Amino acid sequence: MKFIDEYRDAKLVKLFSDKIREIITQSWVIMEVCGGQTHTILKYGLEQLLPDDLTVVHGPGCPVCVTPLEMIDKAITIARRPDVILTSFGDMMRVPGSEFDLLSVKAMGGDVRMVYSPLDALQIAERHPQKKVVFFAIGFETTAPANAMVVKEAWKKGIHNFSIVCAQVLVPPAIEAILSSGNSRVQGFLAAGHVCTVMGYEEYIPIANKYKVPIVVTGFEPVDLLEGIYMAVKQLEGNRYDVENQYKRVVKREGNVAAQTIMREVFTPVDRNWRGIGLIPMSGLKLSEQFSKFDAEIIFEVEKLSVSESDECIAGEVLQGLKKPHQCQLFGKKCRPEHPVGAPMVSSEGACAAYFRYNR
Amino acid sequence: MCLAVPGKVISIEENKNDTPKMAKVDFAGVTKLVCIDWLPDVQIGDYVIVHVGFALNKLEKEEAEETLKLLREMGDIS
Repeated sequence: MKFIDEYRDAKLVKLFSDKIREIITQSWVIMEVCGGQTHTILKYGLEQLLPDDLTVVHGPGCPVCVTPLEMIDKAITIARRPDVILTSFGDMMRVPGSEFDLLSVKAMGGDVRMVYSPLDALQIAERHPQKKVVFFAIGFETTAPANAMVVKEAWKKGIHNFSIVCAQVLVPPAIEAILSSGNSRVQGFLAAGHVCTVMGYEEYIPIANKYKVPIVVTGFEPVDLLEGIYMAVKQLEGNRYDVENQYKRVVKREGNVAAQTIMREVFTPVDRNWRGIGLIPMSGLKLSEQFSKFDAEIIFEVEKLSVSESDECIAGEVLQGLKKPHQCQLFGKKCRPEHPVGAPMVSSEGACAAYFRYNR
Repeated sequence: MCLAVPGKVISIEENKNDTPKMAKVDFAGVTKLVCIDWLPDVQIGDYVIVHVGFALNKLEKEEAEETLKLLREMGDIS
């Protein structure tokens, strides 16, 4: 595919692998934030092209992995109602709740449907006016404007049988949570290219300055990732901590202002629990006052549902870059893609699933 | 989850009474209807980055091609 294949060119990958080796003089730890980037690194074995001194750790940027257990249980509780059609992205279907997952609800007779786009969920609501259609709205800033747009459309068209379970999360507060935790070993970040496509990258400048960490906005193909890593290492070696943009063909400094506008109109920031990590202040989004009648948690009275996590799974440490998936005693034994214990083993972008699949 | 793929705009749909602006986008032979509401100046032939049915931004063709050319020269790659 045009503008993808070019960035998988082995010669260009080798070029950046060599350039990193030329400039590195000491040990560094760099975190890629996004699960899509984790997947590329594992799929193409990029870690093996890096010098031993360089450690790449995998961040919390997989929304399926960080959606808290109670939110999944809320979606499951709603999905079990006979008057509901619950719609969700495919990734979310097999994430274990405290008893079972959404796919099991479907097997038990619940009307649970996989959709490609939130627009499809709204169409289902229009086609089934006798049913209550709920969309499980997960994702980072990349997805938030799309989810905001369908709520706004439902509002404009007066579609009253549509609502969302809102589990939207934000990247910058998570980066700050990792850096301020006291046990972080991350010295530089690759910021998620598609989150920045929407948001731009100005909000990362204060973080880079405050914690003295270079942040490089990076794309998703092998050449992108190695160039992003090269740019981060170059900054670390030069004792710089700027925000730089490797993914210039797509990301503008200001992002997409129209997408940000609809996101801010429909959603408002809120404290949010991250699965395996805990509460991160102002790291989530909820529907703003004007659109609160589309909030499925209020409609179906599941706001207060709360549950606690199993302490066997080390997903939280994996998502903060403190441990690698294979350091978990459940990895590949009790926890496998067909029987996941933790969410990072479910999503193809989860670090555990990527390690399992590519046999690292 | 934040997967977004570049595709080429092949036609722009007529805007019907205040509905989101849509375009037909080609992904190496597979076409899909995509919302282009946040990209008011998008034109046929442009490449856009698409995520869950929404175009997030235009891909800068010239910028991309120029950068690739420079990289190949730097690495003496044909």
